[in-house]
Amino acid sequence: MTSYRAQRHLSLALRYLLLIVLAVIWIVPIVWIVLASFSANDTGFVSTFFPEKYTIQNYVDIFTSTQFPFVYWIRNTLFVAVISTILSTFVTICVAYTLSRLRFHFRKPFLQIALVLGMFPGFMSMIALYYILKSFNMLNLGGLILVYVGGAGLGFYVAKGFFDTIPVAIDEAAVMDGATKWQVFWHIGLPMSRPIIVYTALMAFIAPWIDFIFSGIILSASGNSKNYTIAYGLYNMLNGTLGKSTTFFTQFIAGCVIIAVPITIFFVIMQKFYVSGITAGADKG
Amino acid sequence: MFNRKKKHLPPAATFREVWQKGDASFKLSFFFMGLAQLKHKQWAKGIAYLGLEVAFLIWLVFTGISSLRMLSNLGAIKQKKVVFDEAQGVYITKLPDNSVVILLFGVLSVILVVAMIGLYISNLNSVRKLYVQLRDGEHVPTNSEDLHSLFDSRLHTTLMTIPIIGIVAFNILPTLYMISMAFTNYDGKHAIGFSWTGFKAFGNVLTGDLAGTFFPVLGWTLVWAVMATATTFFFGVLLALLIESKGIQHRAFWRTIFVIVYAVPQFVSLLMMAQFLDLQGPLNNILMNWHLIAHPINFIGASANPLVARITVIVVNMWIGIPVSMLVSTAIIQNLPQDQIEAARMDGANAFQVFNNITFPQILFVMAPALIQQFIGNINNFNVIFLLTKGFPMNNNYNGAGDTDLLVTWLYNLVFGQTQRYNASAVLGILIFLLSATFSLIAYRRTNAFKEG
Repeated sequence: MTSYRAQRHLSLALRYLLLIVLAVIWIVPIVWIVLASFSANDTGFVSTFFPEKYTIQNYVDIFTSTQFPFVYWIRNTLFVAVISTILSTFVTICVAYTLSRLRFHFRKPFLQIALVLGMFPGFMSMIALYYILKSFNMLNLGGLILVYVGGAGLGFYVAKGFFDTIPVAIDEAAVMDGATKWQVFWHIGLPMSRPIIVYTALMAFIAPWIDFIFSGIILSASGNSKNYTIAYGLYNMLNGTLGKSTTFFTQFIAGCVIIAVPITIFFVIMQKFYVSGITAGADKG
Repeated sequence: MFNRKKKHLPPAATFREVWQKGDASFKLSFFFMGLAQLKHKQWAKGIAYLGLEVAFLIWLVFTGISSLRMLSNLGAIKQKKVVFDEAQGVYITKLPDNSVVILLFGVLSVILVVAMIGLYISNLNSVRKLYVQLRDGEHVPTNSEDLHSLFDSRLHTTLMTIPIIGIVAFNILPTLYMISMAFTNYDGKHAIGFSWTGFKAFGNVLTGDLAGTFFPVLGWTLVWAVMATATTFFFGVLLALLIESKGIQHRAFWRTIFVIVYAVPQFVSLLMMAQFLDLQGPLNNILMNWHLIAHPINFIGASANPLVARITVIVVNMWIGIPVSMLVSTAIIQNLPQDQIEAARMDGANAFQVFNNITFPQILFVMAPALIQQFIGNINNFNVIFLLTKGFPMNNNYNGAGDTDLLVTWLYNLVFGQTQRYNASAVLGILIFLLSATFSLIAYRRTNAFKEG
């Protein structure tokens, strides 16, 4: 009996050891990013794991830098994020609800078209979007918002999966009692879908903070770095025309940490939803 | 309630009958949409139809016809040239027509014409419905009833209108535009005035000067997609089992550590990972200090060994991707029926046998559709390659691509790099689409067969 217990203890110890090793491997680069943001270093390069000297100067510099208008970037991104969150959430929830709860002629074709459109690589349409916005003089934050909102109509899968799980009997009961479909949507559908509205809104809110490609193509045309959003601004700091001077590398890291922390916290909190999003698609096959 | 299939009934009246037996307003409605509705006091409907037709005709006369006509040759003047203007008696420089804009507005015009045809058909249907209601003495909906139906039986119209406009303007229009671009000679040499060239650009990619790049990059893209999907899935399941195994405490904490890696925005984590793996970066430094290696390893630099670079991107992708598939498999594992596993244990199966014969197949079964999605996602995985290696190491045998470039990053290079082969990039987009569509189709049939069998 003791040998069995010993075996079990050994197995548990080995499993803990493995888990700890894996966790360390996974988290080490992240820890390094945070450490590097505190390193006093102007060589444009951080080649040690622990900084030789710690400082918070990088965080001070990134906010006061004249070359990189970090505060403008945050303001721009916040502006884009708030407006596009409101509009995109509205669009996505409308589409998801309609496709899930209402039956109409165009439903099947719409689902098929959405599926086909989703298979074209997004970059393919970037040049086209650039010219569309250019011909309407919209190569600015407003145009960026339009692009995000325009794409929101196709991002309905997670929300639709959620609506599919709400029993239809509730709707039928309301209709029996004389409710119109609008009343069912407004007084029953929406209140019950609060979690998915929050999820959709958060996803829409995060998107502008992490998108460096579309925002880059649309906003770089102005050539004025005060118009950038944060993701493109930071990316450009490292790779753009100005950014060749890697003296700002540690400031870049500090900027990254500032926006990565809230996004990471959001994501960790929302992980349950994220999973149900993936498996919801899986269930339907 | 929703699954009941509607039987297809023949319409209560043919269009011919409406045309022959309807009064003058019905006849006129075939040309001027909405007149019949107006006559029968359905103001909102009638005005909407008539107004849209008038607006369409005005647009067609003033800009529509000319932009449709220009679409045929994408502008007459292709090259900048100096011509003698006899009227003024001076030489003037004629700039080439801007084919990019002509093509864009041409495609837009085609979409508007198609939309108009759809509207016309819906008008005919509405007119026919009205005719039948009058003929059979049924109740003709009043104006306010019509408007109310927008919030009841036709709520879908109300909710979908704005999203569909957005999808047409920002998804369908750009996609059609890019598809048509694949049939032109739009590239660095024909940057302003270009013309239709049929399938020539496809020829360039498949057999011409880009074929030497296309097929190797395609091969690597497929290898990458298979490896990236398989490794993250397999090790994600193992990690989930490890965390869920008996005796492990604080599971949420362990999971969170891994999830953090995924939660950090990719442009931060991957750009920094590129620094971390650099020739002079911390990883090489640590390994040298521990005397594990004598010389720094060039993981992903411009002069790295192609094989090393390819393995590195797959490993880094595991770093990013395993947490997600761990989360998903955890959700599945927690819902797995335990009785089979218990029974297998009773019969003396060891942990490996249980995993191999019960747990893994069950997870695979549930995950199959999601795996296909991931596979297609990996074919289009722009971020990992672009942020980590930028396609490096460069390959001299390739045209504008490196050894780790995927089709989608090569597409990006063709547009925004120095080569400026816009038409070739559009061709690549179409080929990537065909690739994804093929795999989805196969997978779809397979999973269906799975369920029935």
